[in-house]
Amino acid sequence: MADMTLDAKGLNCPLPILKAKKAIKDVPAGGTLEVLATDPGSVADFAAFCRTTGNELVEQSQDDGVYRFVIKHTS
Amino acid sequence: MTDANGGGANAKSMSIIVTKGTLDWAYPPFILATTAAAMGVNVTMFFTFYGLALLKKKLNLQISPLGKPDMEMPMMGMHMKMPNLVGAIPGVNAMATTMMKNLIKKKGVASIPELRDMAVESDVKMIACQMTLDLFEMKEGDLIDGIELGGAATYMENALNSDVNLFI
Repeated sequence: MADMTLDAKGLNCPLPILKAKKAIKDVPAGGTLEVLATDPGSVADFAAFCRTTGNELVEQSQDDGVYRFVIKHTS
Repeated sequence: MTDANGGGANAKSMSIIVTKGTLDWAYPPFILATTAAAMGVNVTMFFTFYGLALLKKKLNLQISPLGKPDMEMPMMGMHMKMPNLVGAIPGVNAMATTMMKNLIKKKGVASIPELRDMAVESDVKMIACQMTLDLFEMKEGDLIDGIELGGAATYMENALNSDVNLFI
């Protein structure tokens, strides 16, 4: 289980990223944020976001049009 | 200490010259500014000419289909292009603006006021072009709070120290 979940379903670029950035501030270092999104562009974008910010994308899956990302707050 | 996530002395930086103030052209600069800020980039936006309209306290942004053969709006399962002759009819801009705003809402795209608020919140530095203010007889008081005033040299100093410089 992630420490926190962000429901970004129905939101389009760049809102899932912007809201994730805001949410991850409230996750303690080492903790995880789960993001749920429906924007297909978020797959490439969360990977890029994590590579650039140094946060770790620890899990990624897709189920019935919903993309799920688990990001570890490492930076 | 460098914090890749929250800016800092060693963070990357980006500048954007914002020259257009229509609803459609307001998106690229604000999307990139907010996203870059979220990725730990120090962002400066320089608003000049019609772009200055994006800093007004009260935003009344419009789009015009006139002279835009590339503008295709989804409508009733099709894509509609508007001939210039139709685009020139009074009221068409307002109609196209309403259509675009409805589409924005329906597709979960952020509004410009929302993105601008997020840019302010994430400490994006915004500079209003002093010359444009004078030229169009606008006052600093017409603009949202927290805006700096400056000119080409102010921008250039910034651009020379930035990793990414964009003109939109």
